[in-house]
Amino acid sequence: MQLTINGARIDVAATDDTPLLWVLRDRLGMTGTKFGCGMALCGACTVHVDGVATRACITPISVLAGKKIVTIEGIGATPQGKALQTAWSKVNVAQCGYCQSGQIMSAAALLAKTPKPSDSDIDSAMTGNICRCGTYPRIRAAIKQAAAGLEKKA
Amino acid sequence: MSAQMIQRRTFLAGLSGLVLVASVSRIAKAADAAKYGADGMPHGWRDDPLTFVAIGEDGLVTVVVHRSEMGQGIRTGLPIVIADELEADWSKVRVTQAPGDEEKFGNQDTDGSRSMRHHFDPMRRVGAAARTMLEEAAAASWGVPVTSVRAVNHEIIHEQSGRRLGYGALARAAAKLPVPARESLRLKNPAQFRYIGKENIPLLDGDDIYHGRAQYGIDTRVDGMLYAVVARSPVFGGKVARFDAAAAQAIPGVVKVLEIPGTPGPALFAPLNGVAIVAEDTWIAMKARQALQIEWNDGPHGTYDSAAYRTELEEAARKPGKVLREAGDVDATMSKAARKVEAEYYLPHLAHATMEPPSAAARIVDGNCEVWAPTQAPQATRENVAKRLGLPVDKVTVHVTLLGGGFGRKSKPDFATEAAFLSQQMGGRPVKVVWTRDDDLHHDYFHTVSVEHLQAGLDAQGKTTAWLHRSVAPTIVSTFAPDPQHEAPFEAGMGLINVPFNVPNMRIENPAAVAHTRIGWFRSVSNVPHAFAVQSFVAELAAAAGRDHRDFLLDLIGPPRRIDPSALKDSWNHGESPLRYPVDTGRLRRVIETVTREAGWGRKLPKGQGLGLAAHYSFVSYVAAVVAVEVSADGKIVIPRVDIAFDCGPQVYPDRIRSQLEGAVIMGVSLATLGEITFKNGRSQQDNFNTYQVTRMAEAPRDIRVHLLPATDWSMPLGGVGEPGLPPIAPALCNAIYAATNKRIRQLPIGEQLAT
Repeated sequence: MQLTINGARIDVAATDDTPLLWVLRDRLGMTGTKFGCGMALCGACTVHVDGVATRACITPISVLAGKKIVTIEGIGATPQGKALQTAWSKVNVAQCGYCQSGQIMSAAALLAKTPKPSDSDIDSAMTGNICRCGTYPRIRAAIKQAAAGLEKKA
Repeated sequence: MSAQMIQRRTFLAGLSGLVLVASVSRIAKAADAAKYGADGMPHGWRDDPLTFVAIGEDGLVTVVVHRSEMGQGIRTGLPIVIADELEADWSKVRVTQAPGDEEKFGNQDTDGSRSMRHHFDPMRRVGAAARTMLEEAAAASWGVPVTSVRAVNHEIIHEQSGRRLGYGALARAAAKLPVPARESLRLKNPAQFRYIGKENIPLLDGDDIYHGRAQYGIDTRVDGMLYAVVARSPVFGGKVARFDAAAAQAIPGVVKVLEIPGTPGPALFAPLNGVAIVAEDTWIAMKARQALQIEWNDGPHGTYDSAAYRTELEEAARKPGKVLREAGDVDATMSKAARKVEAEYYLPHLAHATMEPPSAAARIVDGNCEVWAPTQAPQATRENVAKRLGLPVDKVTVHVTLLGGGFGRKSKPDFATEAAFLSQQMGGRPVKVVWTRDDDLHHDYFHTVSVEHLQAGLDAQGKTTAWLHRSVAPTIVSTFAPDPQHEAPFEAGMGLINVPFNVPNMRIENPAAVAHTRIGWFRSVSNVPHAFAVQSFVAELAAAAGRDHRDFLLDLIGPPRRIDPSALKDSWNHGESPLRYPVDTGRLRRVIETVTREAGWGRKLPKGQGLGLAAHYSFVSYVAAVVAVEVSADGKIVIPRVDIAFDCGPQVYPDRIRSQLEGAVIMGVSLATLGEITFKNGRSQQDNFNTYQVTRMAEAPRDIRVHLLPATDWSMPLGGVGEPGLPPIAPALCNAIYAATNKRIRQLPIGEQLAT
C-alpha cells in the first residue's frame, strides 16, 4: 500500500496489521520514531496523522491510507516543529534523548492547537510521554520558550 | 560499578569461591597492590593524544570519546576538557565514539559515576599534548623557538613576527612529531579555561537527537539484517522443557525459530535460556513469538514470591547477623537509654526500565564479529561475545551506540551476546535482537530488595548514644558467584557502614539473604535502601527527641572533620584513595546548611504541607535535598518544589551536573511513589508501563532548584555526578510527608498508603 510520510508518497510492502512504527523503522529506515512500550503507554513513537498526535506502535497501516503522516524527521518543516527543535537545543533538554522525538511530536501537536499553552495544557498534552531521565522541567521550559518565539513572529 | 570491580574488590577482601569471569590479565591485576581511582580500574586510563584527537586539514577537531553516552552528557563533557586544553574553537569540535578496546582507550566501564572523575586529568593532558605538538610544528616551520609561539583559538601565533597558522594547516606536520613527555606538559591555569566550568554549551548530539537522526542501539541497520525477539524463561534459572514452533514458523516472514541455550550457574552476563524467532521485521517476530508453544521447567526459583520473601527478610532483620562494624557497647548503652527507638523499612525490587529497551545487532563476516550495542561495558561485551562464539577477543568489534538510558541495566551485555549468538546461528547474517517492554520488566537484572532494621538509644537530653542498623538484601555478587549471602564491601560501603555519625556506640550488621532472581546495579545501587532507612530514621529520632530535624541531623554528624574510611570499616571507599577522598563531614554539613537555607527551612506552612530533609554521601560527593510536599485530604501528593544542594568538587560541565540532579530528583520521586517489581511463582508480575508505573510530567516536581557548591579550587579531587543525587530524594519526600501529615512511610513505594 501507499503511505504519505513527510509529504512524500511511499510504497510500503508490509501486511495490513503492521503498526506504522515498524514500517517506519524496519521497512523504511526512519528510526527517529522510537519503540518504548508497544501499547501506547509511553509516547516514544508519537507521530502526527492529519495533524493529530498518534501512537505509531498501535496504529496499523491499514487505517492510514490517504492520511498525512508527519514524523520527527519531517516536523522541522512546520513552524511549531522548528521552534520546538530550536528551543530544545537552547534549553539543552535532552539527557539520553531517546524519548525526545516523541516529546517534540506531542509538543508540536499541542502548539498547533494551543499556541499559548498553560501549565495544565502542557501537563495534559505531555503526560502520555514518559521520560525516564527526568527532563520534564526542561521540556516544560522549552515548550514555553517555543510558544513565546512563535508568538513574537506571528 | 562493574563486574571487574566486584571481582577486584571481593578478591581483595579475600572472599573465596567466587567465579571469575574476567580474563586472566584482569585477575592478575586484582592481585597487585591496592590502586585507587582510574588506576584501580581494569586497563586504567590512557592519555595519548593520537588515540583521542584527530585534526583534519580542514581544521575540524574530532575527539574520540571512550565512555558510553547514556544521558550524562559525557560525549560533550570530555570534548570540553580536551578542546579547552587544546585551545580549540568549540565550533570546530566534533565527537566520535570509541569501539570497545580497553588496551587502547583505558577503562570503558561507564558506571559508578566515574567518567569525568577518572578521566578529567588524562583528557586535560590529551588536549595539552596535542596543543604542544601543534606549537612545535608551527615553531619548526617558522624556525623560531617553541617558547616564542602560543596557541590562541585554533591558531598558533608568533607574536614577534605576527605570523599565524591554523590548526588545519599544521595538523599533518604535528601528527608526525613525537608525543611530548607527560611531565613536560603545560596545563592551563584554570583562570584561562574557556569551556571547562562554563555555561551555555549545547550538547554536541543535541541537534541529531531533536531531528530524529541520533543512532541508538535499537536503531542499528545493516544490509540484509534480520530481526529477532526471544521468549525467555519467565523464571530465573528455568529452562525450555520442550517447544512447538510449527504455528510460529507458518507465519509469513518468519525465517527461523531456534533455541538459545542457557548456561548453568550464576547469571553472569550470559543470555537466558529461551526460544528465538528470527524474522523479516520486528513485528512479524513479535507476532510469531505469541504463536510459540513452550513448556518451561521452572527450576529452583519457581516458587519465588516477593511477599513471602519480605517476611523472610524481616525475620532475618530481627535477629543478630554478621557484624560489619562495631564501636563501643551498643547493647549496654541501649539498655540504659532514656528512650529507645526502633523502625524497620522495606524497599522492593525495581526495574531500570530504560526508555530504549535492551537491543543489539551483530554480524559475522570471515570469522570477524561486529556488534552494535548500547552498552555501558564495551570491553565486557567484547569478551562475553568472544567467549560465547568461541572467537579470540580481537576478532570481535563492539561499536558503541548511544544508549537510550542506562541506569546500570546496560552494564550487563546479555542482550548483545544474544544478537551475536543468533547471527552465528544464521551463518553470520546480521541479526538485531529487540527486547519488548515486557521482556525488559520480566528479565531485568533487578535492583535488590531489602529490609532495613534500625534501633537507637537516646539519652535524657535527646542525644543519640547507641545506633544499630541491620541491612538484609540479596547481593549483586549472586549474579557472579554461587550462593553468596552477604552484602559485599562495595554494597556495605554505600551508606551502610560509612555513615559518618558522631555516635560512640554503633553496630552495623548484615544478616544473610539468598537471591532468587538476577540482581544488578541500579543507579546509586545500595545507597538507595541504605539512605532511605538512615535518613528516615534520623527524622524519626529527631521527632522522638522533640527536636528540629536539621539541627538534630547536624548534631548527629558532629563537628567538621575528615574521617578515614577505614575508621568506618569501609575498605572500598568507592574505589578511591582514603587520603584523597576522606569522608568530610564539613562538606556534608555545608550541603545541609545550604539546602535548608535556600529552601526556607523552618518556615510556617499551612496544614497538609511540609518540608522534608535528607542528606547523603555517595560516589565521593555530598548531597542534601529538601522536598516540599502538599498532601490532600484524600492522600494525593503534590510536590511543588525540590531544592537540592550538591558538592562534587570542581564542576567541569555545570549544566550537565544540574541536569543529572534534576533527573535524579524525578527518578527519586518515581521510585518513592510508584516503583515496585513483585514476584509470584518466580515470575516478575509487571508487564509494561501500566503496571510498572514511572513518574510522568503531571506528577513530576515542577520547580527543581539545584544549588551547586563551588569548589575551593581545581586541585580538589572530582566527585561523582550521575548517581549521588538519587539516594536522598525518597527519604526527603517521606520526611516531608511526615511533616505534613504525621504519617510515617516505612515501605516503598508510597503507592496508596496515604489514601484515606
